[in-house]
Amino acid sequence: MAELAAVVGIGQTKYQTKHKDVSIAGLVRDAAFKALQDAELTWDDIDAVIVGKAPDMFEGMVMPELYLTDALGCNGKPMLRVHTAGSVGGSTAIVAASYVQSGMFKRILTVTYEKQSESNAMWALSNAQPFSPHLNAGAGGFFAPIIREYMRRTQASPEAGIKVAVKDRLHGARNPLAHLQLPNITMKEVEESPMLWEPLRFLESCPSSDGACALVISNEELAKQSPKKPAWIRGTAMRSEPTMYAGREEVSPRAGIDCAKDVYAQAGVTNPRKDFDCAEVYVPFSWYEPMWLENLGFAEKGEGWKMTLEGATSLDDNGDIPWNCSGGVLSSNPIGASGMIRFAEAARQVRGDAGDHQVDGAKLALGHAYGGGAQFFAMWVVGSEKA
Amino acid sequence: MSDANKEALEPITGIESPVYLDYNFTAGQATARFLTKVKEGKLVGQRCPSCRNVYIPPRGACAACGVATNEEVELPHKATVQSFTIVYIPIPGNPIKPPYVIANLVVDGANISFLHLLSECKNEDVRIGMRVEAKWKDPSEWGFAMENIQYFAPIDEPDVPAEEIGRLKDA
Repeated sequence: MAELAAVVGIGQTKYQTKHKDVSIAGLVRDAAFKALQDAELTWDDIDAVIVGKAPDMFEGMVMPELYLTDALGCNGKPMLRVHTAGSVGGSTAIVAASYVQSGMFKRILTVTYEKQSESNAMWALSNAQPFSPHLNAGAGGFFAPIIREYMRRTQASPEAGIKVAVKDRLHGARNPLAHLQLPNITMKEVEESPMLWEPLRFLESCPSSDGACALVISNEELAKQSPKKPAWIRGTAMRSEPTMYAGREEVSPRAGIDCAKDVYAQAGVTNPRKDFDCAEVYVPFSWYEPMWLENLGFAEKGEGWKMTLEGATSLDDNGDIPWNCSGGVLSSNPIGASGMIRFAEAARQVRGDAGDHQVDGAKLALGHAYGGGAQFFAMWVVGSEKA
Repeated sequence: MSDANKEALEPITGIESPVYLDYNFTAGQATARFLTKVKEGKLVGQRCPSCRNVYIPPRGACAACGVATNEEVELPHKATVQSFTIVYIPIPGNPIKPPYVIANLVVDGANISFLHLLSECKNEDVRIGMRVEAKWKDPSEWGFAMENIQYFAPIDEPDVPAEEIGRLKDA
């Protein structure tokens, strides 16, 4: 890579069920403006804008990036839109970083969003196809059988999923931007919440949120002049695989394993559990924490659920490798933005700027996003130091 | 104040604006063949010339090998439950009452699963490895659709070990 790149500004809206106070354009502008403020920059300091957005079908708005140019101050500037389903927030940050690393642009504003209150994300992609009965039961219906297979193979205690649901909401209660604020949530409350897609309960699933997240990414020279501490981008990787093929390993997809291997090699990570101080990982359904712990090499095969139950990933249990200190996707899910929030929250940690959910002295953090049928992966490693 | 006037004073912050998209589905060669056979009450998949795995419904190519699939294979109507979920929320516009079971099923001789409904059994009795069989609608109702099969129902056969479901026998 020719140039070093770093996150020098981070902006997030409050995540909530309905942002009736703003249009979609207002929502993205809010996040973008906060990122500029955080970097102490103005619109004029930006060379290009990169927008990320989950499927257009959600809000029924085709090519929304065109409509957003005014709101993002990029008339007459290069702008690009990225789309990789639920992983798009991560992929968008990586595309922005790549343009800076290549030397093409010196400073980029990148923004992702979802306004679920104006959309129907659950059913928008469940259109009828003649070669399949019309039974698509949303993302939960797709992932529940895969989770069941994980539980069968590992003989995991059913408590592991419940523990993640509680842990991430307790983390979220430390983060004023998190959608769900459930500081008193208990294992019993999660266990007694209604089944949606057995084995997944209501409280083991992510909420539907409105929100946007923005980053300012600049090259080394400009990052050094930045008033606040930059988060240095130490590695980026994306991988994908088909949704369906004979012999596909759905519980621990090959694309996720390969993506992690690539990004760890770039950042010099050999033992993720030891080398990282924390991680922000895309966990929209509770069981995806133990599954990704194994897929990403934080736990041995079949052992992820034990690590979760032991509290290794919990701030409140003083775990050695806290996951999703911000509350994660289980606390806020503006789909298109969710991946970028993971990347942004990883950056906040290594900047020492994560407020009440800060991991003391965090120096190296992983940001992770996945999408589609767990087939698109995007990851980055950010550090407080350049190398 | 009349209701009409009161309404006029409420600030309008949004309007409902549904989008309707009607498509003509162009199935392509493989899916068209499959649907033609489904209309005759037959399940026909395609075998990959490279890895020998059988795809149903066939999409004309093996996504693992990246090669076209041409060889057709007629498959029996018995299947094994690879995994499943019990759904507690209704599907909009679908008369099926929750809770219902959606299963990933691997038809005998196939190496990939498809989704279908499971019925004629207690939800709590459904398990990975369970043997089931297609229950077809009356032939007068058959169209170019997988809905020609109303659902799958359990049959009295021993469970298949999970490691063997969908795997090539000689692999």
